[in-house]
Amino acid sequence: MNTYVKFGSLIVVVLGTLAWLAVGGVSDAKAYYKTIPEVEEMGNKAVATRLRVAGDVQKGSIRRVGQEVHFTLTQEGKTMQVVYTGTDPLPDTFRDDSQALADGRLQPDGVFHANKIQAKCASKYEAKPGQVKPESNEPVALPKTANTAS
Amino acid sequence: MENLGALALILAFLLSVYAVAGSIIGAWKDRPFLVESARRSIYAIWALVTFASGLLVYGLLASDFRLTYVASNSNRDMSWNYKIAAWWGGQEGSLLLWSWILACYAAVVVFTNRNKFRKMFPYVVATIGGTQILFLLLNAFIASPFKLLSVNRGIAAVPDGQGLNPLLQHWAMQIHPPMLYLGYVGFVVPFAFAFASLITKQPGDGWIHTTRRWTLVTWLFQTIGIILGAGWAYSVLGWGGYWAWDPVENASLLPWITATAFLHSVMMQEKKGMMKVWNIALVSSTFFLCILGTALTRSGIVSSVHAFAQSPIGVYFFVFLGIGIGLVIFFILGRLDYLKSESQMESVVSRESSFLFNNLFLLASCFAVLWGTLFPVFSEALTGEKVSVDAPFFNRVNVPIGLALLFLTGIGPLIAWRRSSTDALRRNFLWPTVGMVITIAVLLAMGMRHFYALMSFGLCTFVTWTIISEFWKGAAAIRLKDGLSLPASFIELTHRNTRRYGGYLVHMGIVFMFIGFTGAAFNQNKTTETKIGEKFTIGRYEVLVKDIEEGDNSNYIWQNTTLGIWSDGNYLGDLQPERRLYKASRQASSEVTIRRRLNEDLYFNFASSSEDGKTAIVQAYVFPLVTWIWIGFWVVLFGTLICLVPNKIRPSGGSSESTLTGVREHAPVS
Repeated sequence: MNTYVKFGSLIVVVLGTLAWLAVGGVSDAKAYYKTIPEVEEMGNKAVATRLRVAGDVQKGSIRRVGQEVHFTLTQEGKTMQVVYTGTDPLPDTFRDDSQALADGRLQPDGVFHANKIQAKCASKYEAKPGQVKPESNEPVALPKTANTAS
Repeated sequence: MENLGALALILAFLLSVYAVAGSIIGAWKDRPFLVESARRSIYAIWALVTFASGLLVYGLLASDFRLTYVASNSNRDMSWNYKIAAWWGGQEGSLLLWSWILACYAAVVVFTNRNKFRKMFPYVVATIGGTQILFLLLNAFIASPFKLLSVNRGIAAVPDGQGLNPLLQHWAMQIHPPMLYLGYVGFVVPFAFAFASLITKQPGDGWIHTTRRWTLVTWLFQTIGIILGAGWAYSVLGWGGYWAWDPVENASLLPWITATAFLHSVMMQEKKGMMKVWNIALVSSTFFLCILGTALTRSGIVSSVHAFAQSPIGVYFFVFLGIGIGLVIFFILGRLDYLKSESQMESVVSRESSFLFNNLFLLASCFAVLWGTLFPVFSEALTGEKVSVDAPFFNRVNVPIGLALLFLTGIGPLIAWRRSSTDALRRNFLWPTVGMVITIAVLLAMGMRHFYALMSFGLCTFVTWTIISEFWKGAAAIRLKDGLSLPASFIELTHRNTRRYGGYLVHMGIVFMFIGFTGAAFNQNKTTETKIGEKFTIGRYEVLVKDIEEGDNSNYIWQNTTLGIWSDGNYLGDLQPERRLYKASRQASSEVTIRRRLNEDLYFNFASSSEDGKTAIVQAYVFPLVTWIWIGFWVVLFGTLICLVPNKIRPSGGSSESTLTGVREHAPVS
């Protein structure tokens, strides 16, 4: 057999296998970016698909209940209840007013069950006219967990 | 002061425009004085950018909070080393660091080659200068680090700055960005030489020889940068991973992959005069991926956990990429006959073929990673829906590619050029294959059923065996001939062909890393809620929550828990994970604790406590073999340094060694 044909067929086999793996990988790992209003519009369809929803963490909404973390995401005036059920620790940047990206599925009861959370600090300090100190004087304290029934 | 800094950057920008224009016009119209002045302007650019950088560092050290950059990235309480690290803690400063490193490299290149390459050197200067234009344009006009805080029309100053993100206040994070930049920026140089030699139709492989060490050092910096980032994520971020296939991580990996492919495929050009177009394409891709990576991490076009500012600078990078890629394609197409291959592939079972497939796999991996990273961008453009893919996609494609590459790592160096006989194959690969089969059989018998893990451990045995036998055969021959002791003959062997044996050491380091990666197949984790005085178990460990304490200092408030660890009834000691809240930035930070051992790491994150302070919520992990990744890194580092040592000139007649040992080729391997 011609050397070029041999090389050609080997390369085709290799790339074909990888492409097949990649296509399978995409359907396993894909998640749709949606805004909170879009999720509401999707209705029942939203329950079946894996979603990534971004928003601001509503101030004071973070509650730890045992190993779960409950909070509210807000975006464009709409809100969504989120329960974090993942095993990884939450990022240190996750706190009140931070931007968070919740990755998971909407449950039929309208609560979003996230198994992954990414968070970013709200935009960095930029002085605006008349505003010198960027943050309020809220008390500084480590967040604690609400005691569970146990 | 800030005006001087801004002025220096504008002057440097104008000079870099001059360097490009002067070089090209000078070379074209044959005006040596113009070329020379353009060349020297590189030194002036270096001086100006150094001056501007010095001013910024001074501003950081002196806590000059009139500067926006200082106010948002530094504060009074930070120690001086973190104040300096704040230079690359934010967007504007890190772009300035890019510029400065580029200016340093440019000055070194111009100085060391001042009397060489008369014909193509103007184009080297023009290429480097062109890149410098992009960054100085950003430094001087778009993202100036010398912007002042202003209130209405007056200059304001804040009493104290925001501080550097506490997560970044870690030794690895202090040097991770500069290392990555040293790697990223360094690829400008091989690219500039390749491009210049393409434009001027230089005969031979001059650009490869000139830039070989440079490429290797740059590759080493990239490797160090990536591993530091991984090590930092592992020991700081609290989720215990070292790689998440995040877009920013991928951005640093992409040029590393093409650079690795390039390091291998240049050997084909040096030895056989093959793959010339390919090598130009690879070195160009590496350079453009470095630029793309810089753009991706800053433009906000893909969402990432890395909190870089979203800014409009992306468009400058993409214009630059468009022009650059267009020029490279134009010149390659115009010079195809000069890039003709001097030999042809003869057999599928040959050294050439192993290089070809090495490149194929690396490029496939690079393509898959790039595709996955930009998937949200593509899907939004094509279907209107923004869809992202995460770790399972990347793993599914890259794990088999990684194993195939591991296999080639064992095969490639031992297989003959042109074609290999069945006899030679049996001689070289019989015992390594037996070793591989035995490893897999033993692991199967021990109950391991994970397919990829079995393959990986088997291949690690295979590759290790081939590498050891290469060293052994060579050293034994020297010992026989020169009567040296065994350790001395190992050193002698390595010294005679540093590139080959250093390359083997790098391969050995990669094998160690694969062992570490494979351990991830057996990770265990558990989140527990445990009262003081009670125990929980993870893996073979029993963990007692001894105490929870709280406290306060000037920088942060803290809370920690003391965990006593037992295994099989033996007390192993206490670990004390802590969580902090930094006062200046109101940023929380988890201080995880890790018990590192060669077989497995035990890893704790203190997530929270109950309100009464009596119950600890702890995330516990067992990470088998992860330490081998860091060990592998040190071996890679050592091996690469060996590759950089010049070969010892052998006494006359030394070439008989190859016939003695049965090693057919003294091909450099690295």
